[in-house]
Amino acid sequence: MKATVHIFLKAGVLDVQGKAVEGALNGLAGTSGWSDVANVRVGKVLEFDLNSPDKAAAEAEVKSMCEKLLANTVIESYRIEVA
Amino acid sequence: MKAAVLVFPGSNCDRDCKVAVEVTTGAQVSMVWHQDTSLPAGLDLIVVPGGFSYGDYLRCGAMASLSPVMAEVVKAAQRGVSVVGICNGFQILCEAGLLPGALMRNAGLKYVCKPIELTIENRNTRFTSAYGDKASVWMTQGNGDGNFFADAETLKAIEDNNQVVFRYVENPNGSVNNIAGIMNAEGNVLGMMPHPDRAFEPALGSADGAPLFHSLMRVLQAA
Repeated sequence: MKATVHIFLKAGVLDVQGKAVEGALNGLAGTSGWSDVANVRVGKVLEFDLNSPDKAAAEAEVKSMCEKLLANTVIESYRIEVA
Repeated sequence: MKAAVLVFPGSNCDRDCKVAVEVTTGAQVSMVWHQDTSLPAGLDLIVVPGGFSYGDYLRCGAMASLSPVMAEVVKAAQRGVSVVGICNGFQILCEAGLLPGALMRNAGLKYVCKPIELTIENRNTRFTSAYGDKASVWMTQGNGDGNFFADAETLKAIEDNNQVVFRYVENPNGSVNNIAGIMNAEGNVLGMMPHPDRAFEPALGSADGAPLFHSLMRVLQAA
């Protein structure tokens, strides 16, 4: 089974990296017309294989990984996909 | 005093911490490998040093916080042993749940490395009693993820409970409420971004880190 985990800073937590990218995109607006970009968030994606009996078990396992190690839930939210 | 400094792969301040504790307190300092499953008996102080444990991959301090030795550090902290986490050590203590909040990327996105002025917000702690009425102190800052964050509720709790120990005079990284160092509610675990271990004798540019270790000695002498 293939697991994908998306991790972003929580809504409301200032994403300084996102802001820098947003500023760069807007700064290029003169040549490329990207002045309509807003609310850029930079996150990370983790992909891995899992040897779980079924989808529900896999999801539970990945959730536990997120809570324990992959995300810091003080500042980050995560989204899990299992297929 | 009997002290231990944890040793993680990638940390680069563990020996600095050992020397700082030895020079300022005359303590016997053990270096404890991160995979150890026990700590030396009778410790008075555990130092979680700065550096880049596990290369700062995933998140600063995240992997180190799950090292076998950290389970023992959590137990020792619960027994009341003094724990000081400096820089990456602060990040590790937050990730391990020994301190509230989290450290995020610096607001300016740049690694900040410079001498920095701090105010002592709480002088009535086992880490600050030897500072007397000194108005402010200088230590050295060196981090890319020193931006302290806590949600509004947590922040109110740590402010109301006088858990903020050090604040920046000029905020270098966007830390909420200018927070540079906090302790736990029980007052035996301190985490701070600036390095007292890089400022413990005049030859280093400042000796203002030394009273932190002297304070810990005082507690033992009074006991």
